Amino acid sequence: MTTTVGIPRGLLYHDYGTAMHAFLEACGARVVVSPETNREILEAGLALCVDDACLPVKAFFGHADALADRVDVLFIPRFVSVERGAYVCPKLMGLPDMIRARLRNAPAVLDTSVDAYRGMRRCLSSMLQRDAGDILGVGPRRLACALRNALLAQAKDEYRGEPGAAALARSTRGRPDGQARGDGPRSVYERALTIGVLGHSYNLEDPYLSLNLIPRLGRMGVTAVTADDYSYGELKRWERRGRGRKRVFWTTGRKLIGAAQRWRVTGEVDGVIHLTSFGCGPESFVAEVIAADAARHGGIPLMVLNVDEHSGEAGMATRLEAFVDTVRMRQSAR
Amino acid sequence: MKVSFPHLGNMSIPLRAFFSGIGMEVVTPPPTTRKTVAIGAQLAPETACLPLKVTTGNMIEAINAGADTVFMVGGIGPCRLGYYCELQKDILDDLGHDAELVVIEPPKGHLRETARFARILTSRARIRDVVEAGRLAWEKCIGIDVFDQLANAARWSERETGAVDRAARAGLDWLDKASRVPDVREAIAATMEKVRSCSTLGTIHSLDPCAPGLQVGAQPPCGADSPVTVGVVGEIYVVMEPAVNMNLCKKLGAIGVAVSQPITFSGWIMAHVVLDVIKLMAKPDMLTWAMPYLRSFVGGHGVESVGRSVQMARSGLDGVVHISPLTCMPEIVAQSILPRVSEEEGIPIMSLTVDEHTADAGLDTRLEAFCDLLAVRSGKRLHGAAVTPCKNGRAT
Repeated sequence: MTTTVGIPRGLLYHDYGTAMHAFLEACGARVVVSPETNREILEAGLALCVDDACLPVKAFFGHADALADRVDVLFIPRFVSVERGAYVCPKLMGLPDMIRARLRNAPAVLDTSVDAYRGMRRCLSSMLQRDAGDILGVGPRRLACALRNALLAQAKDEYRGEPGAAALARSTRGRPDGQARGDGPRSVYERALTIGVLGHSYNLEDPYLSLNLIPRLGRMGVTAVTADDYSYGELKRWERRGRGRKRVFWTTGRKLIGAAQRWRVTGEVDGVIHLTSFGCGPESFVAEVIAADAARHGGIPLMVLNVDEHSGEAGMATRLEAFVDTVRMRQSAR
Repeated sequence: MKVSFPHLGNMSIPLRAFFSGIGMEVVTPPPTTRKTVAIGAQLAPETACLPLKVTTGNMIEAINAGADTVFMVGGIGPCRLGYYCELQKDILDDLGHDAELVVIEPPKGHLRETARFARILTSRARIRDVVEAGRLAWEKCIGIDVFDQLANAARWSERETGAVDRAARAGLDWLDKASRVPDVREAIAATMEKVRSCSTLGTIHSLDPCAPGLQVGAQPPCGADSPVTVGVVGEIYVVMEPAVNMNLCKKLGAIGVAVSQPITFSGWIMAHVVLDVIKLMAKPDMLTWAMPYLRSFVGGHGVESVGRSVQMARSGLDGVVHISPLTCMPEIVAQSILPRVSEEEGIPIMSLTVDEHTADAGLDTRLEAFCDLLAVRSGKRLHGAAVTPCKNGRAT
């Protein structure tokens, strides 16, 4: 009998979905992913989660709940750190335990720990030692192969610049295929407006949580670029460059600060929108750093949009239109 | 050079001893008040956690009182505390203060900052003096934690309202004046004796704030007259700062319960700075206690909150109060898990969230209701004057 493993479509699934699929499939499991976030899922999440958590975590509870009675195992990797010397987010570190504690009908939770804080080698060896093999019913050799497959798939995915689960968001973004990453969309869209959108990919790539932010921009005739359009290595170089500050110790924070820095210096975007979720810990600081930099050096207009479970589409639309108009006027004045 | 630092409970006493011991003039910031919190809340980002707002308020007040150098701790995450210093530098710059913010970072990965701090320390004193000042400060730090623990354990049984707090306050003043290690030890011993004499506690023993185990500090009387015992866990800053938690422990004491508040600064230094570095952490540590519910560290005091609650449940306490600042990430994890701990370990746990808008009366009501429930559940009696029922059934 094959084990049915469920992956909640939330949080870092949007970044590492490819690796998760490859890993589980190589272990011979049947993989079920929860549906796109919708009203019922979010409502279920709100009922299960504590009030103080951020919107994507609440939605994640809903996704886990949607899968709970359909699968044998819930796959919720414990992301502690995905690179040396930086963390992800405390809430994600405790995510499997929070699900276990609050989901009444929870099946077994497979919480493979991903902790590369002290390097990739340690991370992999600790992943092999955990009880993943027992839960999935595979031996250590098979597990090692599966892990290797997952890493290769993820690396290949990132190399093409197409994070797996991002396909939907990307297709609506209306960019021609095969455009070289990193050289900015300016050359193609000579006259159109380009707006950089900052935010966690689990918010931006979830149309329900981000209230269709990126497609909405597309309909306004605006090309949206996100931090995911550049390689992480490049963003880190930007983030390090010319800043007399202490570096933030959250991977996404580094990514966003790097992208903001790049856009500010090169001027390749006409405006920047920063989508944050209310109650996001790292973002409360990262947004502050980005805003302080923008204020200090001038240059590009910046708008911070804060979403939670009470956000309405109309309010978002008004603010977006106003911002885009401002940016347009500013551009034609030059 | 006039140095200052943000408050953390009564930590200004050892810090003052340390910095004046190495030849610096110390400006102690005015005590934290609602005004301090308001100043900080105005300057800090809206959704940042409360400790950032309060420490920023302390800094501004210290600078207004004449400080030109402010010390602040750094860190390597994932808790936001490690990045406070950068935001605070920006805030001070924007306000046009030319005070310097010196960040105390762990040596690993921040060698330049560490070297700078070491240079400042040795600028006016020999290394021997620095060590000597450090020893004195450490003794005082232990003294403060002992007084806190003791007062929390004894308050319910005081013979005269406020006597325990007066004794502890006098002890703190004595501690502040002491300039040699033996004087500090004498102050600690004398204050312990004094607290014992103004309460009905039996012998006082096992007062080791560095012990990772539970440190109730005193043996409460057994039998019918034993008090309801409540543990306090949570994020260290709000647990230790009475101005922010609105005198949580005192309130509990006034209701008439014995309080065990094991989260102390000296305990934290011992566990995370000393023992962790030399790899001598005693087992079972907090992660072991938390293991059935939380299997990974989550930064801050998340694991401690869960682990301590489990430990308190198993050592027979009657209830746990968990207190955390709004949007604190590690404590959100703990808060999510604690209801399960409560269910499985059979101990009532109440989570409280504080921010700059929290007010006294709401807290009073919740604590009284919680303690009443604990008293009914455990069949013990509440000893406080505050909740003695009148004849018509209403509390006085």
